[in-house]
Amino acid sequence: MATPLPTPGVGRTPEPPDAGGACASCALAPEATRLARLGLDPGRYSHVVALAGNPNTGKSTVFNALTGLRQHVGNWAGKTVARAEGGFSYGGVGYRIVDLPGTYSLLSASADEDVARDVLLFGRPDVTVVVVDATRLERNLPLVLQVRQITGRVVVALNLVDEARRHGITVDVRHLARELGVPVVATAARRGEGLPDLLAAIEQVATTDDPPAPLRLVHHDPELERAVATLADQVAARFPSLPNTRWVALRLLEGDPGIEAAVRDGSLGDQAAPTVGAAG
Amino acid sequence: MTLDELPRGDRAVVTALDIRGGARRRLMDLGLLPGSAVHAEMTSPLGDPTAYEIRGALVVLRREQARAVHVEPEGR
Amino acid sequence: MSTDLLEEAARLRRGLPDDVGDRIVESLYTDATRLAETSVDRDGAASRLTVDRALDRVLTHRVWGFVAMGVLFFAVFWFTIAGAAVPSDLLYVLLVENGHAWLLDGFAAVGAPWWVTGLLVDGVYLATAWVIAVMLPPMAIFFPLFTLLEDFGYLPRVAFNLDRLFARAGAHGKQSLTMMMGYGCNAAGVTATRIIDSRRERLIAVITNNFSICNGRWPTLILMGTIFVGAVVPPALAGFVAAGAVVAVVILGIGVTLAVSWALSRTVLRGESSVYSLELPPYRPPRILRTLWTSIIDRTLKVLRRAVVMAAPAGAVIWLVGNVHLGDASVAAHLVTALGPIGWVMGLNGVILLAYLVAVPANEIIIPTIVMLTLTLGAPAAGAAPGVMLELGDDAQIGTVLVTTGGWTLLTAVNLMIFTLLHHPCSTTVLTIWHETRSVRWTAVATLLPLALGFVVCASVAGVVRALG
Ligand SMILES: Nc1nc2c(ncn2[C@@H]2O[C@H](COP(=O)(O)OP(=O)(O)O)[C@@H](O)[C@H]2O)c(=O)[nH]1
Ligand SMILES: [Mg+2]
Repeated sequence: MATPLPTPGVGRTPEPPDAGGACASCALAPEATRLARLGLDPGRYSHVVALAGNPNTGKSTVFNALTGLRQHVGNWAGKTVARAEGGFSYGGVGYRIVDLPGTYSLLSASADEDVARDVLLFGRPDVTVVVVDATRLERNLPLVLQVRQITGRVVVALNLVDEARRHGITVDVRHLARELGVPVVATAARRGEGLPDLLAAIEQVATTDDPPAPLRLVHHDPELERAVATLADQVAARFPSLPNTRWVALRLLEGDPGIEAAVRDGSLGDQAAPTVGAAG
Repeated sequence: MTLDELPRGDRAVVTALDIRGGARRRLMDLGLLPGSAVHAEMTSPLGDPTAYEIRGALVVLRREQARAVHVEPEGR
Repeated sequence: MSTDLLEEAARLRRGLPDDVGDRIVESLYTDATRLAETSVDRDGAASRLTVDRALDRVLTHRVWGFVAMGVLFFAVFWFTIAGAAVPSDLLYVLLVENGHAWLLDGFAAVGAPWWVTGLLVDGVYLATAWVIAVMLPPMAIFFPLFTLLEDFGYLPRVAFNLDRLFARAGAHGKQSLTMMMGYGCNAAGVTATRIIDSRRERLIAVITNNFSICNGRWPTLILMGTIFVGAVVPPALAGFVAAGAVVAVVILGIGVTLAVSWALSRTVLRGESSVYSLELPPYRPPRILRTLWTSIIDRTLKVLRRAVVMAAPAGAVIWLVGNVHLGDASVAAHLVTALGPIGWVMGLNGVILLAYLVAVPANEIIIPTIVMLTLTLGAPAAGAAPGVMLELGDDAQIGTVLVTTGGWTLLTAVNLMIFTLLHHPCSTTVLTIWHETRSVRWTAVATLLPLALGFVVCASVAGVVRALG
């Protein structure tokens, strides 16, 4: 069951960017004047950005800061259960941004997590921003790794760094970025800290023609490796445009019902063929 | 021993998860893996779920879930 | 053709050890742990702040935890009731008394026919003005207060404190969170049940969400509590008693939620309970100005807009049923007479039941509908023209009208409070339930079960009170 993302390039022409935006809660620093919040109406946009992450890491706060909207923010896991969409323009280019329900992993079962997984897997956004909690990095990294196994068009927003500072926790951002192979930006979205850097990273990933390859799954079981390779070949034959056949093969070996359904009704291929990612 | 037997205020290290499939995965999502340090932080006033500090987060487990987690208590 | 891919997968799977999935996942988590260890410097930091520990010690304490819960929720209602009184009166004077009079003058000046004036001014305008005057002030106070509690991180602690009750009732621990959402809006609460992974427990949460009183119903409770229950004690205590009555209904709602969950999980929705997970976030100082701003703009005005959209046509219907005559009496009078006996059995009256029929789209307009119908029908006896109600200055006068013209007693008010808790969900919520469950059967259960419960409970209360004289 695929959740199609809007196709770029449709919609009205962009409004003149009103730097600073109209929202009373603007927390963005003045350097961010290349940003124009476009609220619900992104006008004409070239890129689609998805916001993923564990529950309660500040995804909706980032979303609100970028779009000027007021998506519900609350201090508990589970307040966002459906996706919300909005827009912003940065450096004169339009972006559509999708706020997703929190998810611990792409392998689990509840309906709100399915929403997130379907968008990431089948919607193929140009940039997936994984918002992680700097004070609980171990808990957040499994999702980052899973997203990285699907795509290389990823930016990690290391959010809540203000809380991390208060707790005396420091995260080596450069080391993390090197290990993950994608930009990592420290942010405190509630005060607008780091958002200019985040925007720059989003722009860079959205416009690159040469994104890093998806992380290859490592497992040391030769039997399993053989099975994955066999099945991945068949997946590639059936869905030629799918970039992460090994990942799909592994999910099928595990009997993931969501992926099986997507194979059965062909939506795995549909979404993959006219890829949203090619528009950048 | 299993996690539900860990006295409040004590620390332990997870040794094994005695559970399969979705439930096991959920526990791992919450940071419970072999080798994770846990701290029995507080018990609900009605006596059942207990909040454990695991990898910096406060995670609530009902007794029957905690029973599936084998731990090695840490001497204090 | 694509099924052979699945068959091939199944064939390959049979050749692998059956815990292969668990092993793959575990290696992923191990990688994550290793990466975190090399990137994070904890520098001997305590992972939880001392403040958080101390707060949790109180807020989840065996005794103080429940005391704090009671005090916090009571305070929210008390502030709402006490704080809304004055602005409500002002709005009432402005919109209902003066605004209505000006409009009547204006319509008279341009020589509009009586039925146009009646339909638009006495019907549509009056119902709308009334909804705004009754609802805007309490909501503008309630939502920001509730949002502050939410932002602070308190709600999951409530779920933690009460979880055992939910576990005993066979419900998911996260049901307490979807209930919390329901206190804002049941449609939102029903959507929020997506966080529950098992279908069985999710259905239980969907069906019982209606027992969380939504913002459309708060005004009815608050008004009944204020003008009837609060009025039986000395004025100095009235606010506290009124808030207490509202809290009592909320607690009754929690009780009904647990009882119905228990009954469902032991009968039609039997089965294994699924994985439970709840996290207690760190306490975060709420940002007060931001909260005020967003909750007024988003929650309050959104809900108000909905109420107004519902109230305008309802006002027209009220005026029509009150003024279109069939034989010797108005349609409303016929309906009220027909509904009277059921109303009597339930300790209510025909007017209230008719109001619930008219107000099916939204609970918000129950009180205005009741008062308008009471006045329309009772007016000839009281010597005023039908559909005119200029003399109602404030809550106390609404009470006077209901008592003298409508024949209300304390029993009527208390049963209306109970019925406010226990009746069918509003039409938006019913639609949402259908959307989320895709099942006509469960939508019907979720709609009719509360109504049946309401009938039984109200009739029992009425029977007992009457038996005791
Ligand atoms: N201190 C601090 N709090 C934040 C930050 N970002 C978000 N929050 C708070 O974290 C909580 C969760 O935020 P939300 O955006 O709803 O998270 P989501 O569940 O990922 O959408 C809210 O109470 C926010 O106010 C931040 O950078 N610093
Ligand atoms: Mg959110």
